[in-house]
Amino acid sequence: MKKTTKNNLITFGGTLILCVVLGILMQAGKLNSMTMGLMVTIGIYIIASTSLNLTVGVLGELSLGHAGFMCIGAFSSATVSQILINNAGAPNWLAFTLAILFGALMAAIFGFLIGIPVMRLRGDYLAIVTLGFGEILKSLFNNIYITSDKNGLHFGFTNPPKNIDTATKLEILRGPKGTSAPDLTNFWVVAAVLLICLIILMTFIDSKSGRACMAVRDNYIAAQSVGINVTKFRLMAFTLSAAIAGAAGALYMHSLANMLPKKFDYNMSILILVYVVLGGLGSLRGSIIATIVLYAIPGLLRGINQEIVNYRMLIYAIILICLMLWKNAPVFINMREKIKAKFKNKKNEAADLTSGGAEA
Amino acid sequence: MKNYLKRTVAAAAAAVMTLGLVGCGSNTSSTYGGTGSDIGGVGNADSNASGAASDADSTAANGSAASDANGGTNSTPAGNGGTLVIGSIGPITGGAAIYGENVKKGAQLAVDEINEAGGVNGMTLELNFQDDEHDPEKSVTAYNALKDKGMKLLIGTVTSGPCEAVSKEATKDNMFLFTPSGSSVNSITSGDNCFRMCFNDPQQGKLEADFIAEKLDGKTKVGAIYDSSDSYSTGILDGFKEEAAAKGLEVVAEEAFTSDSNKDFSVQIQKMIDNGAEVLFLPIYYTETALILQQAEGKLDIPVVGGDGLDGLIDALGDKVSLADGVYALTPYSATAKDEKAVKFTEAFTAKYPDADLPIQFAADAYDCVYAVKAALEKAEVNDANIDASELCDKLKTAMTEIEYAGVTGDSKWSADGEVTKNPKVMQIKVTDGKGEFTDI
Repeated sequence: MKKTTKNNLITFGGTLILCVVLGILMQAGKLNSMTMGLMVTIGIYIIASTSLNLTVGVLGELSLGHAGFMCIGAFSSATVSQILINNAGAPNWLAFTLAILFGALMAAIFGFLIGIPVMRLRGDYLAIVTLGFGEILKSLFNNIYITSDKNGLHFGFTNPPKNIDTATKLEILRGPKGTSAPDLTNFWVVAAVLLICLIILMTFIDSKSGRACMAVRDNYIAAQSVGINVTKFRLMAFTLSAAIAGAAGALYMHSLANMLPKKFDYNMSILILVYVVLGGLGSLRGSIIATIVLYAIPGLLRGINQEIVNYRMLIYAIILICLMLWKNAPVFINMREKIKAKFKNKKNEAADLTSGGAEA
Repeated sequence: MKNYLKRTVAAAAAAVMTLGLVGCGSNTSSTYGGTGSDIGGVGNADSNASGAASDADSTAANGSAASDANGGTNSTPAGNGGTLVIGSIGPITGGAAIYGENVKKGAQLAVDEINEAGGVNGMTLELNFQDDEHDPEKSVTAYNALKDKGMKLLIGTVTSGPCEAVSKEATKDNMFLFTPSGSSVNSITSGDNCFRMCFNDPQQGKLEADFIAEKLDGKTKVGAIYDSSDSYSTGILDGFKEEAAAKGLEVVAEEAFTSDSNKDFSVQIQKMIDNGAEVLFLPIYYTETALILQQAEGKLDIPVVGGDGLDGLIDALGDKVSLADGVYALTPYSATAKDEKAVKFTEAFTAKYPDADLPIQFAADAYDCVYAVKAALEKAEVNDANIDASELCDKLKTAMTEIEYAGVTGDSKWSADGEVTKNPKVMQIKVTDGKGEFTDI
């Protein structure tokens, strides 16, 4: 078996087992409310962080506007699910499936459109531009109003639409006041979407296109010189990353009763970026583990006692700094290398012994 | 083989995480699985929240819980009905921290007073306050954490956005929710289990329009600066505009800012001057108001009217407090108000928290919430703290509509939709010798 295939299987299998175990425990009523709540949110953040890993890790470009794509996915899916359920009377599961797909599609379209100018840049410049686009996307939904009544849909920009039939009035998007999507996200949906996204990401990274992206990351000029259509592959990865973020946004939107566009701000992009960087650039498994650990810490600190609750953000920050240092400071890297070397020596000795024994 | 260690560590980390989550889960669920000693464990774990007094309480809880578990019937004698856990959620870190802090302190004060006076129907109250950073996502996590700690009813959440998210969850669980200050309409619309202590936003806007029309005679041209990214601000403005039109007020300028552009207000202030506004209406929070007042100094000298978000303005201005002189604010309570109940509350608050700033209306709202809940518990004759939260909710939501409660923030009554009826109070900031205070007008 190829090394990458094996690696992917371990990541995928691990996630699958984790989902199944947690799901069974949840059904058996062995988990407390907080763990069940965290499972859903963590799952959504894992989808977001693995998709960002495609841009940051595989493509090697720092994107600071990832929350913007989640925002697109969130609000477009909320529009679709509300229209389908309230106006067309569609069953919840159908409406939700279509809403997630629509959210991903819209995010992909915006990802593509934004990618066209953005992918002409590299490095710091690209990071700043994605930051700008992230803010634009958020502001966009701060100003869109959609209301439905018996005459159909009414749109408004910066102001709510006028002349609405009040008896049948239903506000779908309320500009800065956000939207109230139906509460449809549960653990099983999140687990299913997460596994599908992992398959898509792994397949893409392992494909010819994925390799092309990595070639561009490692040496832009060399990649160009061997005939790789640099812009095409970069745009492809960026769009895919946006689409998956859109799906994460759709799930996120339907997991909370009300959502304001300002939730999808710069801080959220940075939060996801922290998960990716801490988990290791280009490593999906790293992103998954980092998201679980970092998201669960502040939540679990609540469970201890009142005194610690008040200091939990401080503790979280300290843990974050320590983990970053442990992972990336040269001192600690050397230390880890030494430990690793020791392990290796022991194993070699053991191997020598066994082979020696076999000879005898 | 190079990846071997990496892989092992990763697998180990994942395993530890799973164990951690599961371990945590099974621990807590067995905690209220019904055995007496475990329930005592919860009491002990939380006892440091309210100091030595609650140590004794948790022992009492332990005893009664054990007797319940053993006897199977509720034979608890009066004065030993166990500890009723009241959950509360609000921001005590981040931009809205002052609100959460005040709610926490106000509610704790009421809980301690009630416990000292012998509790409610023999039950001792215990407050467990969780931080939500004014974020719906974290608020729901806090709500779940409180449920795991055996919360029977919720006083919160403090701010509107999180309250909308939490109230939906609470309705699903049929958990009694009583928000001291979640003022957006949708904060309590998810079900009949939700009540509130304060006015809702459009109601407040309407009352402010009435005030301008009736008390500031002759001034009909209103300029408003509002936060278009905030539902509190837009909600008040909507209610205000509707009533303003009915009362013959003219909104001559309506200038928005967002939470991303809330530092420089020169453009908005200039618009107010250009359009000849006679009254400046600020349906926003005190942080932005403080900036607007500073930037408008010497340029715009017209009466300023605001909502309960201006609570905290005096502290925010610091030594520039003279700028706030004459500002009107619709607020049900202020630490310097002269009516009897408010004075009594302020004294009790400062005696309990000598190092803290003076309480703002959020503290009074929370204090009233706890006492209103006490009244409702008495009305519903609840005397067993181990009652199922959903059963308690059914009893309380009937009792809430039957009680009339005279509190610090006014004489309040509730309708079945959870909205409160009470008299609005508008106060004015008066500054004398560099010290500002809210005064009745």
